[in-house]
Amino acid sequence: MDPIHQFQIKELFPVAQIGPFNIAFTNSALFMVLSVVAVTLFLLGATRGRALVPGRLQMTAELFYNFMADSLRNATGPEGMAFFPLVFSIFMFILFANVLGLIPFFGFTVTSHIIITVALALLVFLTVIIVGFWKNGLHFLRMFVPSGVPGYMLPLVVPIEVMSFLTRPVSHSIRLFANMLAGHITLQVFAGFVTMLGAIGLLGVLGAVLPLAMMVALTALELLVAVLQAYVFAILTCIYLNDALHPGH
Amino acid sequence: MDPVAAKYIGAGIACIGMGGAGAGVGIIFGHYLAAALRNPSAAQGQFGNLIFGFAVTEALGIFSFVIALLLLFAL
Repeated sequence: MDPIHQFQIKELFPVAQIGPFNIAFTNSALFMVLSVVAVTLFLLGATRGRALVPGRLQMTAELFYNFMADSLRNATGPEGMAFFPLVFSIFMFILFANVLGLIPFFGFTVTSHIIITVALALLVFLTVIIVGFWKNGLHFLRMFVPSGVPGYMLPLVVPIEVMSFLTRPVSHSIRLFANMLAGHITLQVFAGFVTMLGAIGLLGVLGAVLPLAMMVALTALELLVAVLQAYVFAILTCIYLNDALHPGH
Repeated sequence: MDPVAAKYIGAGIACIGMGGAGAGVGIIFGHYLAAALRNPSAAQGQFGNLIFGFAVTEALGIFSFVIALLLLFAL
């Protein structure tokens, strides 16, 4: 059983053929649409009543909202709240995409493909650059010159700061992609142990209980990772936005 | 050496890097817990920093895992 077969992109129906590029509606696109629809239905349903004493659904939505709003306010200060729609959209999209991918037999994890996470990370990276130059002008470049560093150290420190800034979209995207990929491969490998042990007779079936129990535990861990990585992606977005708004440490 | 064997050995060597990330994540959570037990009222305020440090450290282990996967499946 090939553990990376589950990440295969299947074409559901073709849309257009532009030159050498085949544009089709794939299972990846389907799950992105499903995530967006799920987020929209959840938030619309939760805010429809707008009760003073919130019900369960509204309570959950307010929990997510307040959590991200507090994180953003702590990281960037009040002027960063202009970017709350961006951060909250990214958080909810990744959260729902990760959790939808965990559903057995049905889920396809959109975020386990690096093209999706790179697109999200580049969106954040370009936003930081554009906002940084727009709000601060050339003062944005002060970000690469840490205060309190003696002058003769600058030829060494500035290239390091520039490199660490340029590798941000790489680590930002690979972190989410590799976490989801690794988790799903681990689940598949343990599922492979269960079927392999089950195939060798009665003793094997008894032995297969162990990897099966392990799989249940791993699925719980994966649920934690799915939520945690969505949070990590969003909090890093907040921290990078803070650099755009307040350059120069 | 047989190239296929070298590929598998390389994947195994790449996974050693995850041990360093494991030690790092352990240090982060261990120190957070030690500090939180000394001053529980300040612990909640540092949760964001905890997760940030965890994410940055964990990413390095994940990178070596990606190298191992590339060796096994992509090359």
